[in-house]
Amino acid sequence: MPAMIQRRRFLQAAGTGAILGLAGCTGGDENQGQNGSGNGSGGGANGTQAQQGRSGIGRGGNLTLATTTSTYDTGLLDELNPMFQQAYGAKVEAISQGTGAAIETGSNGDADVILVHARDAEDEFLREYGVNRRDVMFNDFVVVGPPNDPAGVSGTQSATEAFGTIAKQQATFLSRGDDSGTNTKELSIWEEAGVQPSGQWYQETGQGMGDTLNQASQRGAYTLADRGTFLSQKSELELEIAVQGPLKDGPMILLNPYGVIPVDPAIHPNVNYQLAMAYAGFLTSPQGQSAIENYTVEGSQLFLPNALAEDPNFGQYVPQDYSAPGAGSLSRREKQYHYWAENLVPKDH
Amino acid sequence: MVGIFGDLNTQYVISTAIVSLYVSTAAVGLSTLASLPIALAIGFSDFRGKNAVTTVINTGMGFPSVVVGLVVLLFLSNAGPFGSLGLLFTPKAMIISQFVLATPVIMSVSLSAVEGVDQRIRDAAFAAGGTSRDVGLVVVKEARYGIVTAILAGYGRAISEVGSVLVVGGNIAFADGTAFTRTLTTAVTLEARQGRYEVGIALGAVLLVLVLGVNAIGSWARRRGGGT
Repeated sequence: MPAMIQRRRFLQAAGTGAILGLAGCTGGDENQGQNGSGNGSGGGANGTQAQQGRSGIGRGGNLTLATTTSTYDTGLLDELNPMFQQAYGAKVEAISQGTGAAIETGSNGDADVILVHARDAEDEFLREYGVNRRDVMFNDFVVVGPPNDPAGVSGTQSATEAFGTIAKQQATFLSRGDDSGTNTKELSIWEEAGVQPSGQWYQETGQGMGDTLNQASQRGAYTLADRGTFLSQKSELELEIAVQGPLKDGPMILLNPYGVIPVDPAIHPNVNYQLAMAYAGFLTSPQGQSAIENYTVEGSQLFLPNALAEDPNFGQYVPQDYSAPGAGSLSRREKQYHYWAENLVPKDH
Repeated sequence: MVGIFGDLNTQYVISTAIVSLYVSTAAVGLSTLASLPIALAIGFSDFRGKNAVTTVINTGMGFPSVVVGLVVLLFLSNAGPFGSLGLLFTPKAMIISQFVLATPVIMSVSLSAVEGVDQRIRDAAFAAGGTSRDVGLVVVKEARYGIVTAILAGYGRAISEVGSVLVVGGNIAFADGTAFTRTLTTAVTLEARQGRYEVGIALGAVLLVLVLGVNAIGSWARRRGGGT
């Protein structure tokens, strides 16, 4: 475990720095400038203090992971984290929030790593607070509604069209309204559909995916859900899929990719960067990827791993709106989505 | 028991209950240590603005717990003034927020208990040559019934709240089923989120039993304190 040895060395160095810093009375602890400019004693002291608060030195340490309710409520993390904990002797403290809140927690340096699903927001996070994003897995969103389908959108091939019909029929639609990845996606579909949702039929729950699905089920409403959470709760819901996602020949706009992003230690010196990178490495390793692939709830696979591929250019970070010259009308990211949908989805999924 | 909890791990329930008890007991204990002397000081003295102070304390009983949680989060966050302590998303942060929630309750109720002690008892203790500390002890002994009630009320407020511990604690449980910052109340919100209402109710029942137990200890303390 070279990572652990390195970490211990770093902590020893930081500890020495802290002692020197105290002895010299540099008072650098509170001096942001000094920390940022790489002053060994000031920065070291700050780092050690925070790490002592959060993790026991000498053991594997603790990793604070801010993630979305969808990875948490589906039980996927309960599958993955014990494997990581065993391999690295570290404890994972998983906080499940909406993607927006998880990104905010990461931006404040209150988490070491985030696992979220909102590409545009992730790109923004990467510009300032995050480093080394990796694609981890994907599934898709589905539009779900009551079995009697009052708006008559069942089987529609286009998500935007279905949303347009729901708006026209004024069928009750529940929005997460919580700045989560799903909420972000939902709003972008409304925008694409050219509809400004308003009125009594459009209601924000302000709650997680599970809550919102429960409400939709109880009240006979439509909502947008990630397939993972929907499948994992399906047995308790009176809802059916009205519009399929790209995993089942639905529109590409409903693709739902997840990424893992460590928080940049240059911005927040207190974060446990080594362990965060180890976690990202674990999720994207053959071991982590096969665990994701083999994770099923009631016989359905919820997430499709996509960190490994034979394509040599695969999995690289592609910035927002980046398009290689001569790529035609498709951006590189769109090509990547098509690649995932075509090559990584089992035929019988 | 196993039947009620279904596939819920007993170990998980116990460890969640322990976190609940630990956080609330620590918060209420610290809060009592801080509140009682202040309640005595205010109860004994007469000063201008005493009414205003009492009003502020009474208003504190109505603090919305999520707002308290949010303020504590801002203070403890890395971007906040006490970020370097690394307290956010630990049980300590939860103790701090519950301390803030329980203190006005304990202070306010014990203040009225202290004020309810007959002036003659105070005078008698003073006349018998007691120092102000002795007088304080006599008053506390006289007011014990109300003070125990104050502590129980504070405890009820702390252990049953969910808003602030969810915000500052993060509802963390480890993968092996041990709770870190997950209390019974936040565990119930998690179950409700996933539509597992029966499990949520079962956890709620455990919480109720705990509160009942704490109150039983409280009334035992009241009776025993009576000495007769």
